[in-house]
Amino acid sequence: MSQPLLQVDNLAKRFDGIVATDDLTLRVVAGELHAVIGPNGAGKTTLISQLAGQLAPDSGRIHFEGHDITALPMYRRSALGLARSFQITSLFLDLSVLDNVALAVQAHAGHSFRFWHNARLEAELRQPARAALKRVGLGERADLPASALSHGEHRQIELAMALVGSPRMLLLDEPMAGLGPEESARMVEMLRALKKEVTILLVEHDMEAVFALADRITVLVYGRVIASGAPADIRANAAVRDAYLGEAEAEGAGHV
Amino acid sequence: MTGLTPRNFIIAALLVILIVLPVYAGIAGKPFLITLFTRIIILAMAAVSLNLIMGYGGMVSFGHAIYIGIGGYVVGILAQEGFLSGFLQWPAALLVSGLFAAAIGALCLRTRGVYFIMITLAFAQLLYYVAVGLDRYGGDDGMTMYTRSEFVRPLNMSDKTQFYYVSLILLFGVMALIWKLINSRFGMVIQGSRSNDLRMQAIGFPTYRYRLVCFVIAGMICGLAGALLANHTEFVSPAMMHWTRSGDLIVMVVLGGMGSVVGPLIGAVALLVLEEALSGITEYWQIILGPMLLLVVLFARGGIDGLLAKVRL
Repeated sequence: MSQPLLQVDNLAKRFDGIVATDDLTLRVVAGELHAVIGPNGAGKTTLISQLAGQLAPDSGRIHFEGHDITALPMYRRSALGLARSFQITSLFLDLSVLDNVALAVQAHAGHSFRFWHNARLEAELRQPARAALKRVGLGERADLPASALSHGEHRQIELAMALVGSPRMLLLDEPMAGLGPEESARMVEMLRALKKEVTILLVEHDMEAVFALADRITVLVYGRVIASGAPADIRANAAVRDAYLGEAEAEGAGHV
Repeated sequence: MTGLTPRNFIIAALLVILIVLPVYAGIAGKPFLITLFTRIIILAMAAVSLNLIMGYGGMVSFGHAIYIGIGGYVVGILAQEGFLSGFLQWPAALLVSGLFAAAIGALCLRTRGVYFIMITLAFAQLLYYVAVGLDRYGGDDGMTMYTRSEFVRPLNMSDKTQFYYVSLILLFGVMALIWKLINSRFGMVIQGSRSNDLRMQAIGFPTYRYRLVCFVIAGMICGLAGALLANHTEFVSPAMMHWTRSGDLIVMVVLGGMGSVVGPLIGAVALLVLEEALSGITEYWQIILGPMLLLVVLFARGGIDGLLAKVRL
């Protein structure tokens, strides 16, 4: 078996006695789209934050491409090719859409102690940014202020920003959150195209999207992995049905 | 942006007025105008430097006037000790201001928001009392500079008109520098960090070091303003770096327009001219100025410059 791209061993994180991540072990193999699901409060965003470096775990180790990145700050992980999108849209709202993406390009273009040339005139930054925006369907909107765009479009900007660094792996925290059915469907199509090029760890509530996209699924409950496997196995897993899918079925009164 | 908008017209008019002011003062026989406007230009330079960190970088320093004090004291102390050359004094003022800004920034920039404001104020108070304690250099009373900085002839800092133009050219130079800076890659990082620092780190920027460099550049520019102010008043004292002076600088930036290169210049001119005019009418001029400031803060978030930008013919 090939070495996993991302390997998480015995990760643990507590907040004032609440266990957010509990002895969590996870493998993501290069090329797969690995979904992490779980009820609210299962510690999904806490997990992503630890993987991205925003939160330090209490114990456990994280390896990316064989390097131990447990203690690396966020910007170093990003430089290694681990890109993250935020659950709550996190953009530079007072800058233009193109500026947002161009900053992401700039982050991967060496140091920024360059004081003289007008960065908004540098083709090296602007062209890849425009290309990424075109790819997520925002080519026409590039020159508007980011604050003028809709929530759905903000998610698309997020994606464009994650893409321009040519990351090895994307950490996507609920990319469908707050999207209407049509926008969700478009996002699913976009992710389907993306997963051919980049390994993705997807945290998502939209079960339809998860089962449509995922190669493997890990189920978290109270910070602990209760199951991990192919979508068909997860669907058939009794513990998962009890803890999670069961709830959805009881509410939806139908089969998943 | 380009063309003869009301905003561009007023800015151009302001620049022309600044350029021809000594000529007018000479013809009209009002030499005090040169003194007043030299002071305005110097404080505008300090405000422009504060705007770099506050308007573009989101770092609201409530202790920015200490760099005026540091620059002033470096020039004053060197003069007192017999080093009169401006070629030594002014670079020394820049260097020492930069070193202090690096040390203070390295600590303050680990905090955000209200904590950043309070810790910059705390450092300002600390240095203020250090200056009060400098008995050799006048302590609380300050000290008189008997000679202005000396450069090669024909440059003569004691000539009021010459000194005015030296200050004005330096101000324009500083504004041009800041304009280049904020549009560069470095400037984009600074503005991105103001907008959303966490996101900047997530996409791979070690923002702390960029913010620190920005803080140091602003400190050095303000130190230069301090060196000029010492020459202008021929006097240095702890009052140069009193916290109310830091407050004045914030008012100039907010009044003129945060995050615009000319905003702080407009703010400095507006505040100091109003102060001068109103104090001629009544000794309680703050009662008039205060509400005017309130109105700007409440109803014109972009300051005077923001208001001008909205005016369409």
